[in-house]
Amino acid sequence: MLPPGKHLVLGNIACAEGAIRAGCRFFAGYPITPANEITQHMAEELPRVGGYFLQMEDEIASMAAVIGASWAGAKAMTATSGPGFSLMQENIGYAYMTETPCVVVDVQRSGPSTGQATMPSQQDFYQARYGAHGDYEAVVLSPWSVQEMFDLTVRAFNLAERFRTPVILLADGMIGHMMEKLVIPEKVETVERRRPAGASCTPFGTEDPSLVPEMPRFGEGYRLLVTGSSHDPTGRRDYSPRVMEAKLRRMREKILRAEGEVRDIVEAGMGDARIAVLSYGASARPSYGAVMKARKEGIRAGLMRLRTLWPFPEEYLSKVAGEVEAFLVVEMNLGKAVREVERAVHGRVEVTPLTRVGGVVPTVEEVYQAIRRVDECL
Amino acid sequence: MPVKPLSYYRERYIRHQPSPFCPGCGNGIILNCFARAVDELGLDQDRILCVSGIGCSAWIPSPHFNSDTLHTTHGRALAFATGAKVFNSDLTVVVFTGDGDGAGIGGNHLIHAARRNIDITTILVNNLSYAMTGGQIAPTTLHGSRTITSPYGNPENPFDLCRLVAAAGATYVARWTAYHVVELTRSMEEAIKNRGFSFIEVISPCPTRQRRIFGFRNPIYEVPSRIMEMLVESTYIRGREPKGHYCYAIPRAGVKEALEAVETELGRRDLGAGVRQVDHLRWGTVLRVDCAGPEELDSVKELLGEVPEVERVVGALEGKVELGVFVRERRPEFVESLREVMRRAGGV
Repeated sequence: MLPPGKHLVLGNIACAEGAIRAGCRFFAGYPITPANEITQHMAEELPRVGGYFLQMEDEIASMAAVIGASWAGAKAMTATSGPGFSLMQENIGYAYMTETPCVVVDVQRSGPSTGQATMPSQQDFYQARYGAHGDYEAVVLSPWSVQEMFDLTVRAFNLAERFRTPVILLADGMIGHMMEKLVIPEKVETVERRRPAGASCTPFGTEDPSLVPEMPRFGEGYRLLVTGSSHDPTGRRDYSPRVMEAKLRRMREKILRAEGEVRDIVEAGMGDARIAVLSYGASARPSYGAVMKARKEGIRAGLMRLRTLWPFPEEYLSKVAGEVEAFLVVEMNLGKAVREVERAVHGRVEVTPLTRVGGVVPTVEEVYQAIRRVDECL
Repeated sequence: MPVKPLSYYRERYIRHQPSPFCPGCGNGIILNCFARAVDELGLDQDRILCVSGIGCSAWIPSPHFNSDTLHTTHGRALAFATGAKVFNSDLTVVVFTGDGDGAGIGGNHLIHAARRNIDITTILVNNLSYAMTGGQIAPTTLHGSRTITSPYGNPENPFDLCRLVAAAGATYVARWTAYHVVELTRSMEEAIKNRGFSFIEVISPCPTRQRRIFGFRNPIYEVPSRIMEMLVESTYIRGREPKGHYCYAIPRAGVKEALEAVETELGRRDLGAGVRQVDHLRWGTVLRVDCAGPEELDSVKELLGEVPEVERVVGALEGKVELGVFVRERRPEFVESLREVMRRAGGV
């Protein structure tokens, strides 16, 4: 592990460092560009701190091993990119269904399919939210810098433990492969999953207002029933509509109830903004530069940078829609977050997308020109 | 094996009864053998983790076996089990899987778990089809078998799972049928004790689906025993001489006609041989001719070759499935090797 203090490192290394400090002691992965450095760094560092690194036969097995380890008591993680993320989806769905805390890092590359393996994109915005079948609420975080690869990985573990749910860190090939300053603090705050204190427990039901049940681990004598099939609060398979509906509604509610707390938006210049620029991850960097430039030119633009993508901050955006005259959504796909923004503002203000694909990050000038065009229409 | 009442095993090891298995299913037998093996070894139930995938086999432990159970996605039980075993190696981890689950969709995980030699026991229940979904072709379905997805006969060939897993590096490999309960129970004990990857294939009856696959037209209540008898007829235990002197006559067309013809021929000569109709996994419904000794058997074979209703005469062992323990080896175990990695890295 790197010592506390300042370092110049790759985003992917920062992610691995953050994971280990958050308490990650189990990593299972499979080689894929542009996530390899996370896997490589875990292989090197985890055994040094008494953790386990496994290279599995594929991403399906990686995700499965992570879930198995989590039930054995581990804070566990895997890292991949688009094609591998697609393969993991069924088992990510299993993690939602069994309320298994774990962290999945998707260092997005340009797709679909093999696409441009080494080049960044933000095309998995919806896959991170809706990739698995069935109903569930996803928690998805989006870092824009090497520092945030560290910080948000720590936060991903803490949210996973707190809510007993998989958390997706949706990075991209630019942030993962970028070298930048990383400040590692002396101490990071960590959260541990609630464990049962008594001799019995209902691992899939709770009276607690958080709606997050206690989670025992294998080998403790609880003789757990863990299944991806519909199950009652004890874990026993039960296909009755009442049981499944109650389960799905509680799983959704436990996340939505805490949306305000999971919400993480960094604003810049929003106080007097007429044009609200919304972006996240790599594309938020030129967006920030463009907003600053526009403000210098006298255009009242502001930036909303989402660090939590899901749950999508609908309530917050609905409020912003009452305070600004236009939205500009900047992202590296053919228009994904923009749909969510349109839904949130509900036609009250104009929403303009700025989309780039092909493995490129939009430039400051591109975003600036887009802001100007929006400004001219006001 | 000490005799304990059934209620002893039921109360201690089995929960959530009755089981959902069809009458005549091998799953209950396998669960019974497993409970006895665990009891015989004196294992702490609180430290057993049973992992399963999807299919009828998955329901053997989940929710019925009274220990920790992890009922996972289709084919992935071994990968889930790997994560749990690595992080808590004190657990005795047993994976229950089927031929579709373990050798079809999960075949990749099977060979890789064997290659790593991770200390997990895998019990693969082979009912020669995807039974839960209606009886489709599995990677174990015999060539020519009629299933609902091979209505004109299976164009594929089955895996020999024991050879596959042995080649992949498992350190304990055995095959039994649900008929061989004593051998199976002993084998489960040995497999669990082996510090490495252990694999037991259990050929198992599925009256619900195999009835169609084998073309058995009996009333349903007769099917389970007919399948059990077939499993015995079609297998032999490695290293054990087959009992008696016999051969099979494969009928050219109808079994009945062939039976009558052979009975007539045998009746005309006094060879001391008896003929009866039997079911055989490889040859289908055929005639088995038992003789008094080896010389008589040679004469009978010669005689049968001349009966027009008989297409072919095959030896007792020909086409039979070999049972027994095929591999007992020692190689570095995966979790121990991971510990060694940790020592080298300075983490312990």
